Amino acid sequence: MSTHIEFQEHFAGSNKLFISVWGWLLLLTGLEVFLGYIHLPVAYMLVILMGASIIKAALIVAYFMHLRFERLNLILTIVPALVICICLLLVFFPDSFRAQGLRYSPPPAATEKH
Amino acid sequence: MATEAEAIVNDWGGGVHPYRVGHRKLGMWLFIMSDSLTFSALLIGYAYVRASNVWPTPFKFSPSIVFSSIMTLVLLSSSLTMVMAVSASAHAKRSTARKWILATALLGATFIVLHLYEWRHLIGEGLSPFQLPAEWAERWPGATPLFGATFFGITGMHMFHVLTGCIYLLVVAGRVNKLKHEDVEISGLYWHFVDLVWMFVFPMIYILSVDAGK
Repeated sequence: MSTHIEFQEHFAGSNKLFISVWGWLLLLTGLEVFLGYIHLPVAYMLVILMGASIIKAALIVAYFMHLRFERLNLILTIVPALVICICLLLVFFPDSFRAQGLRYSPPPAATEKH
Repeated sequence: MATEAEAIVNDWGGGVHPYRVGHRKLGMWLFIMSDSLTFSALLIGYAYVRASNVWPTPFKFSPSIVFSSIMTLVLLSSSLTMVMAVSASAHAKRSTARKWILATALLGATFIVLHLYEWRHLIGEGLSPFQLPAEWAERWPGATPLFGATFFGITGMHMFHVLTGCIYLLVVAGRVNKLKHEDVEISGLYWHFVDLVWMFVFPMIYILSVDAGK
């Protein structure tokens, strides 16, 4: 164990900070539920909901998971690769929208909902 | 065993910690990366199927939205109690840390119970992985039967993570005196990740399927 260097355990962030992060997370969740009940076009809904979710995810990762207080090279190892991989998954959507044009349309008597 | 563990530490230790985290914590971060890709693939697959089909939006305010909102509150609060546990552990207050960890596991169990209740309600309505309830099929003509498959698949996968997390936390709580602070922190990382995933599942599965009436 002689070669094993114990690095300094540092614990940054106060309870007050964590409670305020929790408050913000609750607030954003409340906003999301509220959005479900005002009738917005689905594209706006999607953008606002995903935006709020990404902010919430960032708050959790940065403060609760403590990543903000870690070394920059750990952050750079984890975050960019993940963001790029997830964005690459979006490559399938043009096909999804193509299939949308082919989808079943109900007989005229029963047309309404989307 | 101890010597084997020491050997592993020495093999991986190398005397330097370029990331300033132990190898176990780095391992948990790598696991979290791979798990986030699993959930991303599930959610994006769901979005793909949803965008290309007629999709039911059946969730009524009560019970589905009320339940899922309370579940979100429970999970967010469990993250806060986990932060308190890690904070207590950092200040070497082990028994306080144990109490906070047990509180976290209890909130996790509450989440599972609420979620199962909500599942039971939907199954009672006639939803199954590959079939819509007759009422929904009539209301949304031509809707794909995959609603149940995506719903049970994604929320089930998440619930499985919560269950695993609860067991993990109970083990950590039981062994808290023997473990290092970093091990408590690692269990916290896992728990916050489960919370984080729900932050995407909740709006994509529940809020976007709110029954807007008529």
